[in-house]
Amino acid sequence: MSSPTSTPGGCKRGRNTNPATPSSEGPTSPPSQRRRGQDSSTGDLMPMPTSPATDILSPAAPQDTSLFSSPRPSVQPNEVDMSSPLMYGTPSSRVEGTPRSGVRGTPARQRPDLGSVRKAPQVDLHSEPPSTDGAVASESNAGQRLVIWGTDVNVATCKEKFQRFLQRFIDPTSNEDENAGLDLNEPLYMQKLEEVVYLSVLNSAVVILLYIFCKIFFPQEVIPTFDMAVNELFFERFPDSILEFQIQVRPYNALKTRNMRSLNPEDIDQLITISGMVIRTSQLIPEMQEAFFQCQVCAYSTRVEVDRGRIAEPAVCRHCNTTHSLALVHNRSVFSDKQMVKIQESPEDMPAGQTPHTTIVYAHNDLVDKVQPGDRINITGIYRAVPMRVSPIQSNVKSVYKTHIDAIHFRKTDEKRLHGVDDDADQKLFTEDRVQTLKELAAKPDVYERLSSALAPSIYEHEDIKKGILLQLFGGSRKDFTQTGRGNFRAEVNILLCGDPGTSKSQLLQYVFNLVPRGQYTSGKGSSAVGLTAYVMKDPETRQLVLQTGALVLSDNGICCIDEFDKMSDSTRSVLHEVMEQQTLSIAKAGIICQLNARTAVLAAANPIESQWNPKKTTIENIQLPHTLLSRFDLIFLMLDPQDEAYDRRLAHHLVSLYYQSEEQMEEEFLDMAVLRDYIAYARTYINPRLSEEASQALIEAYVDMRKIGSGRGMVSAYPRQLESLIRLAEAHAKVRFSEKVETIDVEEAKRLHREALKQSATDPRTGFVDIAILTTGMSATARKRKEEAAQALKKLIQAKGKTPAMKYHQLLDDLRGQSETAITKELFDEALRALADEDYLTVTGKTVRLLA
Amino acid sequence: MPSTRDWINNPLGVVEGMFAASQSDPNSGWEAKAVEFFKDHLKEKDAPTSVPSLNDVPLHYLKPNSLVKFRCLIQDMFDPEFYMGVYETVDPATKAKVLRCGKYKDVTECGVDFNSRNTVTAERQTFYCVPIPGENPWVKESYAGSSQARVVPSTSYAPTRQKRSYEEDDEMDDMDTQPQKQREPHPGPQSPTEQHGNGDCKRQETEAPSSQTASTSHLDLNFPLPGEKGPSCLVKVYENWDNFKLNDTLEVYGILSVSPALSALADEKDASSSIMDPTESMETAEEQRVHCPPASLVPRLHMLHARPVSHNNPLLPSATLEDNSAFLSSTLSEMASVRAELLTYFTHILLGDALAAEYLILHLISNVYSRRDVLPLGKFTLNLSGCPTASYTERLYQIIQQLVPSSYYLGMSLQNMNQMRLVPKKDYVANRLASGVLQLARHTSLFLDEIQLEQGQLDTTGVRNVTALGNLITWQKVDYDFNYHQMEFPCNINVLIVSEGRSLLPSDCQIHLQSQVTPANMEEYLSSIHMHTQTSSQLNKFRIYLSVARLLDYNISDEMTKSVEDDFVDMRKDDPQSVSAEDLHRMLVVARLLSLSLGQTSLSRDSWLRAKHIDMLRRSRMEQHKCVNGNEP
Repeated sequence: MSSPTSTPGGCKRGRNTNPATPSSEGPTSPPSQRRRGQDSSTGDLMPMPTSPATDILSPAAPQDTSLFSSPRPSVQPNEVDMSSPLMYGTPSSRVEGTPRSGVRGTPARQRPDLGSVRKAPQVDLHSEPPSTDGAVASESNAGQRLVIWGTDVNVATCKEKFQRFLQRFIDPTSNEDENAGLDLNEPLYMQKLEEVVYLSVLNSAVVILLYIFCKIFFPQEVIPTFDMAVNELFFERFPDSILEFQIQVRPYNALKTRNMRSLNPEDIDQLITISGMVIRTSQLIPEMQEAFFQCQVCAYSTRVEVDRGRIAEPAVCRHCNTTHSLALVHNRSVFSDKQMVKIQESPEDMPAGQTPHTTIVYAHNDLVDKVQPGDRINITGIYRAVPMRVSPIQSNVKSVYKTHIDAIHFRKTDEKRLHGVDDDADQKLFTEDRVQTLKELAAKPDVYERLSSALAPSIYEHEDIKKGILLQLFGGSRKDFTQTGRGNFRAEVNILLCGDPGTSKSQLLQYVFNLVPRGQYTSGKGSSAVGLTAYVMKDPETRQLVLQTGALVLSDNGICCIDEFDKMSDSTRSVLHEVMEQQTLSIAKAGIICQLNARTAVLAAANPIESQWNPKKTTIENIQLPHTLLSRFDLIFLMLDPQDEAYDRRLAHHLVSLYYQSEEQMEEEFLDMAVLRDYIAYARTYINPRLSEEASQALIEAYVDMRKIGSGRGMVSAYPRQLESLIRLAEAHAKVRFSEKVETIDVEEAKRLHREALKQSATDPRTGFVDIAILTTGMSATARKRKEEAAQALKKLIQAKGKTPAMKYHQLLDDLRGQSETAITKELFDEALRALADEDYLTVTGKTVRLLA
Repeated sequence: MPSTRDWINNPLGVVEGMFAASQSDPNSGWEAKAVEFFKDHLKEKDAPTSVPSLNDVPLHYLKPNSLVKFRCLIQDMFDPEFYMGVYETVDPATKAKVLRCGKYKDVTECGVDFNSRNTVTAERQTFYCVPIPGENPWVKESYAGSSQARVVPSTSYAPTRQKRSYEEDDEMDDMDTQPQKQREPHPGPQSPTEQHGNGDCKRQETEAPSSQTASTSHLDLNFPLPGEKGPSCLVKVYENWDNFKLNDTLEVYGILSVSPALSALADEKDASSSIMDPTESMETAEEQRVHCPPASLVPRLHMLHARPVSHNNPLLPSATLEDNSAFLSSTLSEMASVRAELLTYFTHILLGDALAAEYLILHLISNVYSRRDVLPLGKFTLNLSGCPTASYTERLYQIIQQLVPSSYYLGMSLQNMNQMRLVPKKDYVANRLASGVLQLARHTSLFLDEIQLEQGQLDTTGVRNVTALGNLITWQKVDYDFNYHQMEFPCNINVLIVSEGRSLLPSDCQIHLQSQVTPANMEEYLSSIHMHTQTSSQLNKFRIYLSVARLLDYNISDEMTKSVEDDFVDMRKDDPQSVSAEDLHRMLVVARLLSLSLGQTSLSRDSWLRAKHIDMLRRSRMEQHKCVNGNEP
């Protein structure tokens, strides 16, 4: 622990030779930083900056090593009781002479988040047991030798380096949105400071957020040093400005975000970042920082600071020497805000079969009320363990510590959902090894087959359906055309499974739901439109109206599995129209009008209307779903019982082996679910394939071919929507291969799969040809053709009858039947009549048909 | 013997001795050694039985800081806590510093030096454990009977030692003479009420579901099933706590800690410190109560060793079956004959229906032995339709209760469905998992009585409960409600549904009861069932049989695989509509259970044919029934 263990972040920037000190290393590469109050959505996690920071600080680096060689103090810092010059604000406001803020009236603030209640220990190397005042006094003259107690971190060096960093750091990877209006080639933090001057009036607290990559040892001591450095720098630069409060440094993203479960006693008093979900927030607690006492006798007043959570009431008035005459005056004491926030492990981080852990977090000052129950957040803070207080009465104590985190910074991870476009916010981090295994897997030629067979191994065959679902899991590339006004293009692949009951559709859905991190499973029978979208309810505790999101919104960036799709009521289904093409959800209720992102892929399962699939009918007729909705599915698969002996045999073999093979055998055969999950997550995050020239050519050809097939027989067999589907599928297939380019093979597979799905669902049962019109218009082209023929025949018949203004309905039908060689059903006759009525040739009133004109 | 007594009566002495010895050698790994020591001792013959059990000895008879065991289910997992693993104390008089070990203790010695450099902070995990829910009286009695632990009214446990309660002192006198006898009445009067008044008692529960929480004083011990009794316990785990899962059943050996200081600390905090330090009061009162209940009600148990309970049948040796080949071979040889007897018995109970009796046996030995991704294998939920009256189903439950180690009767009345909490729900105020009826240990028999269901409206809770039951049956999992999200916990529960017609819940297999008894004689017959109780040796045979059959391994040879496949293809050839993949699934399960019920560990041709045969019989009966009723779908 003593040696400044350099971290991956540091290594990448080539700093492992000079493992850095907290002072210099911490701030080396903050790619993003912004001021609170301006935009609370705080910084994004950004890719590691490449290296300029190294150059700035490397001259100082050799020195750094020596700074940090002393062992970490095994003693708790709070044992030394003295007010230190590092106390936030002390040098600048209380001690005259150092930065000019004090004179100018920028009030000092304690930083309760850093536990300034317990004095940060510092030792002047030259004055042996340092007295309280001694340390403060020595600051100005012996500053060089001042080190943090128990270490040899030199305060002055630390400060100096941080200032130099602030002055020179240029963020090479800065993201335009975040640092809007800033010159990227100028030192970033200096610009931020300038901004402070202009905007300071508006903000109650000025906070500089610092993106850190490296471990800060002794955060409690080093961060105040940073604060001090920033303020000194600020007032040096802008000597005339007055700030309402001083600038605070808030480091965030302490190295790696960790799981709550991995916290252990070694993390005590360290800066950590953990992720979790807020489950409860307490009311605001005013915490006394400074007590104001007034003598009842002579009205002499005195202030006492909080020391380790207690206030020592002065027994004697210093002015008039009366004992016990001092009374606390509450409204002149200084309080700071404090709030207890309880967070719980996010469900994704948890091992199966265990309950989630919770941790208490204390939020201070402006962080109070920043989070609400239900928020997913990343917290940076200092982990604390406090022993149970020894009570004067009790001789023995509970040997348990209370632990909590003093929050320094909150970052909401799910906030983006309400805002516009962003890349995948879930930054799942993979270890090098894992990435290596995944890449090896991707390099295998049969990776596509492997993955698809690993999908729901307990479900037999249906290879193409599994492949389709696999592509759905990967999804296409997200394209943004907002600039040209077309909005986003859907990247998600929607799939509908329909077929006989008992063909393990539900099981497939259940499997997918278990596989993806953001999956939702609903049943069409039990869900309402409200349950799918969002509803407004009154929070029982706060009595505020809150928007509760439904399944579709919850599965944003995931998959929404809807079982019994056919049982869904029409009104419920209608909300899917918007979601399945525009990928948004518009809500206007109870005064809340908003558009939520619902970039979800829909995997639906439907049973045929007659419980058994009727092969003589079309898909539409079998499932009775509106074709407007059907055409939004990229792939529609039929899961039918093929009723063929070879299939039966393989099915039987599969099932029997399911029952007698041991777990190990199964695992050998198939990929682990965890590997599959990681593979998909990796591909979704890092792979973003684009169409290559040949691939686009192949796609065009494929589309033209599809149109041609139909046009030969006077029907259109493909629409632009099908072309889009093809593109998405091809992209997804490229993702499976971890390829950044969509190549011809991807298009081939997309075509094949699309054709397979079409063959199954869009085959006209009367002709046996694939006919996309079934899906897009709900009527096959042959049926339409027949209708037209019947209409023509009818017209001829009527014309042949000469000028009879009115005819009997039944008679006309009989006549037509007698004349036509094909069977004319009553429905067909009705349709023919309607067609003629549309032509304004005749009208039908009750049982009589009148000619017009 | 004295040594045995020593490690049972004063385990902390052993631990401390090892700790002291290790001080000279820092790398001695004394902690592992200490655990090893206890494990070795527990391996000795009779050692486990000589350790007193929290399950059958009332808490106040147990010596504090002695070794006890507890048969329990992990109901909730609390947050890990940091404690002082090693600390230093200063004697106020002499100023001498002594290093002490804080492991396996709740409370430190006097005069802790908080500023000592030698303090070592360590981590441990707390589990909230309750006795196995639905454990039947015969299991409890049998365990208690076999225990050789004489609860020694040791002299060290003198009333002066701790001021606890006065009435205890009276009991102490009796106990000195015969502690075992004293506690006999406890299960005694309890079990008859369980047997006779079961139905009544359930009905009362349904009428006032909240009454039980009120009656168990101010402290809700959070038992999954209403009306449960017994101690619950906070088990402190020192190593490998990641290996434990929620709802695991364990036999924990650990050091009992009932230090009144624990409760005293909590009380004191309530009174004074809320003013002194507002941060303390941020833990709500409920949370305080749940996480630091008085030690006299919820003792602490510092785990030294835990043995997973694989069957919870006291009649079986506790070691795994493989290790006990003598027992296994003797039972296996008897299996077929016991099965025949059991079949006769069940046939008699099921109104002379042998086929239903056969299926009931299969159901009782079913077990989820594996999961293929989401699909649980081996489950066999039985729906016994055509049950005559409500009183009959209650009798049926009582008989099952006599045979299986743990079971629960859930009357699916409208009120129950609408009011009961079936699914455990996280209570964020108290920060604990409020238990529900479906939080059951594996192998528990859940008896759903659908006859109780009357017409009416299910409200939101009701719908959710029915969905939860459906999920339990189909996927063998329960989605615990964590308010902001749900979490899925796999389970392994045998669900038996009795109903008049087809159940509204899904099931793997439905069989319609064909009564051989004329309706006129029904009343008489029913009362005779109850009279016709088995001798206890007979019952014990059945109990062993059911538990062993469930634990056996099973496989299918390659030839059998082939022939089963052929069979399936043939069946489909004749009539593809008649046999589906689902049917094959079921037949494979039936064949598996049938073989196991005969004590065969691999599928034979005969068993397969027989499985096919009984499945056919069952289906033809269903068809008939369909014809008769006409209104079945």
